[in-house]
Amino acid sequence: MALIKEFRDTDRLIRRQRPPHKTGAPILKVNGLGVRFENNVALKDITFELRAGERLALVGPNGAGKSTLFKVIAGVLAPTEGEVNVFGQEPGGHICIAYVPQRSQVDWNFPVTVADVVMMGRIGKVGLLRWPKRKDWEAVHQALDLVGLEGMSNRQIGELSGGQQQRMFIARALAQEAELMLMDEPLNGLDLNSQEAIFHILDELRQRGITVMIATHDLSQAAEEFDRVMLINHKLVGIGLPGQVFTPALLLEAYGGSLRLIPRGSEVLAIGDTCCEEGGKG
Amino acid sequence: MSMTEFILEPLQYAFMIRGLLAALMVGVVCATVGTYVVLRGMAFFGDALAHAILPGVAVGYLIGGGAREPLFWWGLLAAVASSLGIGAISRGTKIKEDTAIGVVFAGMFALGIAMISTVRSYTVDLAHFLFGDVLGVSGGDLWLIAGFGSAIVLVTLIFYKEFLVLSFDPLLASTLRLPARLLEYLLLILIALTIVVSLQTVGVALMVAMLITPAASAFLLTRRLPVMMGLAALIASLSGLIGLYLSYYASVASGAAIVLTSTVFFGLAWAGKTLQSKYLAAVYHGAENQAGGQV
Repeated sequence: MALIKEFRDTDRLIRRQRPPHKTGAPILKVNGLGVRFENNVALKDITFELRAGERLALVGPNGAGKSTLFKVIAGVLAPTEGEVNVFGQEPGGHICIAYVPQRSQVDWNFPVTVADVVMMGRIGKVGLLRWPKRKDWEAVHQALDLVGLEGMSNRQIGELSGGQQQRMFIARALAQEAELMLMDEPLNGLDLNSQEAIFHILDELRQRGITVMIATHDLSQAAEEFDRVMLINHKLVGIGLPGQVFTPALLLEAYGGSLRLIPRGSEVLAIGDTCCEEGGKG
Repeated sequence: MSMTEFILEPLQYAFMIRGLLAALMVGVVCATVGTYVVLRGMAFFGDALAHAILPGVAVGYLIGGGAREPLFWWGLLAAVASSLGIGAISRGTKIKEDTAIGVVFAGMFALGIAMISTVRSYTVDLAHFLFGDVLGVSGGDLWLIAGFGSAIVLVTLIFYKEFLVLSFDPLLASTLRLPARLLEYLLLILIALTIVVSLQTVGVALMVAMLITPAASAFLLTRRLPVMMGLAALIASLSGLIGLYLSYYASVASGAAIVLTSTVFFGLAWAGKTLQSKYLAAVYHGAENQAGGQV
C-alpha cells in the first residue's frame, strides 16, 4: 500500500532531527528567483539574503508579489526560476519556517479555540498517528504566555480582537519552534496600541534569534521599526537601510503613479497606496 | 395507547429493529464525516458524489438480479472512482470546480438511470436507489454498515489533527510538510465510503442532507470541533430514530421522514441561535443605555 508507505516516509521526514544548520550561513538566501503563473509574471529576478535575527520589512504596492514571495520561501509554491536556500537547503527540507497568513484569509468562524490553533504548530513535532503529549501542551502554553494570551486559550478564535488574532499566530509560530517567521501584513487595520504590543513581542523574538520578515504598507513604520527594508514590484527595486531604499527615485520606481511625493523642507514625504483590509494578493 | 406501547409497538417487527439500527449507525458515520464536509464547504461535492455512484449501483443491480451485496460493492467502486475522478478534474482544468463537478455528476446520474431503465420493472427499484429503503435492510447489510462505518469513524479520529489543519489552514499543512494531497484524497475516499454505507437509508437524492444537515445544526450550536462532531452524531441519530417512528405511524417514506426530522432540528438550532443573538444584543444595548443615563 503506497499510501501507508507514503505516510511512513512523511512521518519520518517531519519528525527526524532538523538538518544541521550551518552556522554563519545566511538563514535565507534567494537567488535569481522568478515565479510565473501562465502568462503572468508575479516575480522575476529576486536576489537577496537574510541574516539570523534580522527584522526585514517587505514593502511594495498591492499585487507586487509580496504574498507570492512568502509562499515560495515557505516552500508552499515552487519557483519557476532561480533558487531559495534556507540554512543552505531547499525550503522543503525544513519545518522551521512559519507563515502567518493575512487575517482576511482565515475563517474566523471555524470551531477551534486559541489553544487548538497554537497546537496546530506542534503537529510536525507530534508526528502522524500520534496525539500531543504533555510537553506539547506545555510548549503551547508557554507560547501563549509570551504573547500575552494565556488567559484566552479556551476562547473561540472569532472572539479575539485583530491584534490578539495576530498574536495567536505568532504564538503558533513559536510553538512550531520556527526560526524564520513570514508575516503577511500583520499590522493592517490594527490600532496603535495593538501594533505596539506586536512590536514588543517582535523585540522578544529578536532576543531569541528569530528572524522576521514582515509585509507592510506603512512606509514610515517600516523605516522606524525595522533593521532593513526591501522594496519590490514584481522585481527587486531595492534592499538595505531605510535611508538608502526609501529615496524618491526608488519609491517612484516601485509605486509608479500611485505614490505621491510631498516635499517638506529638506525631506520628501512619501505617501504610498496605503490600502485596504482585503489586501488581495499583496 | 400508552407511551410504552407507542414506543414498543413498531419494535415487534424485525425489519423495524434492523432499520433503526441502520439509521442510528448511518447517522453517526454521516455526522462525523459531514462535519468536515460542512467546514470545508463541500456540500455540492457530496451531493454530486452521491448521484455519481448511480451507474455503479446500476451495474450491481443488473448483474446481481436483486441481491443486495453486489449493489454495495459496485456502488463502492463507483463512489471511490468518482471521488478521485472529480478530484482530478477540478485540479487539472481551466473550468471552475463546481462546473466540472456538475458536468460529471449529471452525466453519471443520467447513465445510471439509463442503465436501470433497461429493466422492465425499473421504477420501483429506481425509487429505492433514489430515496432509500431503510426498512428493507437485511442482517448482512447491517454487518456491512457496522464494519465500514466503524472503519470510517476510526480513520477520521486517527487523522483528526491532520484533517483539522488541512481544513483550517492548508498553507500551514504544506509548510509543515504534511502529505496534503494524500490527506485530501483520503478525505474524499471517506466521503465516498460514507455515501455508499448510507445509500440504503436515505438514497441518492437525499444523501447530502445526511451529510450536512446534522453537522450544520451542530455548527450553529457550538464553537468547538469535537463537540460539533458529537452533537452532529447525536442529532443525526435522533433524526433517524424519530424519522422512523414518524414513518411507521404516519405512513411516510422513511428516507424523507428522517431527512425532514433533521431539517426540523436545523430549523430549531437556527431559530434558537438567532433569538439568542437578538437577546444578547438587546441586553448589551440596554446596559449601554443605562450606563449612558448615569453619566
